[in-house]
Amino acid sequence: MEEADGNGKSMKGRGRLCCICSKRRAALKRPKTLEQICRECFYEVFEEEIHQVIVENQLFKPGERIAIGASGGKDSTVLAYVLSELNQRHNYGLDLFLLSVDEGITGYRDDSLETVKRNEIQYGLPLKIVSYKDLYGWTMDEIVKMIGLKNNCTFCGVFRRQALDRGAALLKVDKLATGHNADDIAETVLLNILRGDIARLSRCTSIITGEDGPIPRCKPFKYTYEKEIVMYAYFKRLDYFSTECIYSPNAYRGFAREFIKDLERIRPRAILDIIQSGEDFRISTSTKMPEQGTCERCGYISSQKWCKACVLLEGLNRGLPKLGIGRSRGLNDDRKKGIKENIGTKSIESKQCGTLDF
Amino acid sequence: MACNASSCQSNCHRNEEQAQEEEFGGSANSISNYNDRNLNVCVKCKSNEPISGGNAEDGRFCADCFRSNLYGKFRLAVISNAMICPTDNVLVAFSGGSSSRVALQFVHEMQDKSQKNFDASRDRSLPVFGVGVAFIDERAIFPVSSHEIDKAIQDFRSIVSALAPPRKELHVVPIENICSSSSSDGRDRLKNLLDAISDSTGKEDLLLHLRMLSLQKIASENGYNRVVLGSCTSSIACHVISAIVKGQGYSLPGDIQYVDARWEIPVVLPLRDCLTQELNRLCHLDGLKTVELHKVPYSGINGLVSSFVTLLQKENPSRECTIVRTAGKLTPFHFNSIPEKSDSNTTLATQRRLKKYNLKPNESLSSESFCPVCNSPLNKSDLLRQSNLQNHQTSSDIFGAACCSSCRFQILPKDPSSMEHFYTHLPQPLVARAKRGGYGNLSLLREQIQDCLISDSEDES
Ligand SMILES: [Zn+2]
Ligand SMILES: [Zn+2]
Ligand SMILES: [Zn+2]
Ligand SMILES: [Zn+2]
Ligand SMILES: [Zn+2]
Repeated sequence: MEEADGNGKSMKGRGRLCCICSKRRAALKRPKTLEQICRECFYEVFEEEIHQVIVENQLFKPGERIAIGASGGKDSTVLAYVLSELNQRHNYGLDLFLLSVDEGITGYRDDSLETVKRNEIQYGLPLKIVSYKDLYGWTMDEIVKMIGLKNNCTFCGVFRRQALDRGAALLKVDKLATGHNADDIAETVLLNILRGDIARLSRCTSIITGEDGPIPRCKPFKYTYEKEIVMYAYFKRLDYFSTECIYSPNAYRGFAREFIKDLERIRPRAILDIIQSGEDFRISTSTKMPEQGTCERCGYISSQKWCKACVLLEGLNRGLPKLGIGRSRGLNDDRKKGIKENIGTKSIESKQCGTLDF
Repeated sequence: MACNASSCQSNCHRNEEQAQEEEFGGSANSISNYNDRNLNVCVKCKSNEPISGGNAEDGRFCADCFRSNLYGKFRLAVISNAMICPTDNVLVAFSGGSSSRVALQFVHEMQDKSQKNFDASRDRSLPVFGVGVAFIDERAIFPVSSHEIDKAIQDFRSIVSALAPPRKELHVVPIENICSSSSSDGRDRLKNLLDAISDSTGKEDLLLHLRMLSLQKIASENGYNRVVLGSCTSSIACHVISAIVKGQGYSLPGDIQYVDARWEIPVVLPLRDCLTQELNRLCHLDGLKTVELHKVPYSGINGLVSSFVTLLQKENPSRECTIVRTAGKLTPFHFNSIPEKSDSNTTLATQRRLKKYNLKPNESLSSESFCPVCNSPLNKSDLLRQSNLQNHQTSSDIFGAACCSSCRFQILPKDPSSMEHFYTHLPQPLVARAKRGGYGNLSLLREQIQDCLISDSEDES
């Protein structure tokens, strides 16, 4: 990556100095600004920006217990590494934990959990693993065996979200930090526009969410570019797991993500501009999310009588796995579905299966 | 495929409410009843044969029903937003493309109908609104042969003169006229201005703003009180995405309503609910001649956005509608309705109509400030930067600080001497707008405290 992109210019740029310190040789072009800088300065601006985001948005208070949603993937691995660094460097006074969900997917999660277990030792952060098997009595492998490959994302997404909250409660943490990066947030802004979801549009750029729920979540990487996260992990030789979920092979990227990558290529600032737009949208306060109550069965937050997980679980246990998946569909919807299927396998979003790499 | 999005109802960020929204979106554009599975008759009149080709949405109407459905959308937009009143004089912006061709046709049909009503009525109480047509000649910028443009203008003249009376005037005005009254000087200034912009998207966008300024100038010099644009759902959907991508989320809702009265002459978008496909189809069906003149493909951000939206529309034929509907739910600005006339010239009929559609009188004017380049309302951070201006500033610095962050990034030159150069070539109406806006207030403030400022080096021309 270092100088591979200088077609012909690389000879000239060989001796170029870092434009921040003017001392060391530039080793990379910073994705966010295209400045040519050295590694050391890259580490510094990368970490310092995240520190500023944490301070300016008051993400954490001294003495808080914070769980880091750890999947073993690049985002959460870099988050765990950087947070523990910053916690020491700037005396945040936080108790950090790694929190992982074991969906029970042989060949994917068991391997990525090995990565998280190594991270536990490498960063000295206590790790808690909650498993679908323990929480729900079903592994994803068993669910897939029962329902087939179709619709399994529904289970993935719903179960994981709740599993994280339950794990966080077990750890008695005050907050959950997730590895959502700037690219993810920009994609979500676009997706909400494309799907007509004005309610979600109004809060998808919030850096802290769920303050009314059991465990607030925050996104310290809100302004951090995915490319820089990869670069950081690469230069720091961080130990992360990069295989896709076998039940959600992301062989293709979604339309929206590809669009964002194209934009980034000609105007890196576009990612930040999309987030800025999302923050600036004039949305009247009457467009709110539905009132949250609690599930009558398990006590989890839910706008319905039963939470989505309980409905799905009920279906599985009664041998009616379709329960809670489809809604009653009119002819109109069938027609639309037909169109989608004819077009093929490409979808508008990039992460089919909830966010596997939370 | 293991998990494509259509099988993934509740993954990631989706929920019920949203899915319902989408179902609604899918049917928003179709009037037809899908239980009626007889494919060989028009779904509306149930007698004629449907027109062939086309997508599922409009492919099941017969030609007559298709036409009247499309005109119906136009008419509803005009009436429910009080776009055109009998006393108005309307300028249709005409590029030769299918959207503005249909806009001209529909405005003409509406005028024709009220002319017939006028002729038939005894008391002649409702006057007939006037119509003019404007074509901005952009040969100074685009690599099109003069011969080609001259031929097209000939075509436009015959199109406009072929429309039934009342006679409509065609104004052909070169784009460079906005820069100077002399044509050759104007060309030089325009070229200098555009050459100072390094970003290709910025260049395209400035040109767009200049086009609007030109239309405003034509309208105001010729006594028009409305400007009709051919913007349709498809082009508005592209604008929504590009505005988001350029960080203009705050000002976006102001651009995409039926009415945009932030200009001296209010601008209206009566084709807001029509798709490009439908407009093309109507031109084809009715033999409305179109000429794609300045159709240089977009580059940069605008090009990416346009191919992205085309792709999405292909994947789901209601996507453009959904995009515009969602962005339409963002809170509009006070200028997004026709300002109430202070004189009581509005006829009873108009008042009745306004009442019928429950149009609210204009909200009290909010204290919005506007970017002098793109005329977008400024967001908080833009205003903050403006108020933090240092003392020792040139006019071009003050002008720059008054612009929105998007224009500052993609249009204004970064280097101070180029910025100075750029500033001196700006069209007069644009500089005037800056002076009227925050920048003017600022110089006013400065004048009041002038005696207390240490340096007198700034130039206040
Ligand atoms: Zn350096
Ligand atoms: Zn999945
Ligand atoms: Zn429950
Ligand atoms: Zn019919
Ligand atoms: Zn602007």
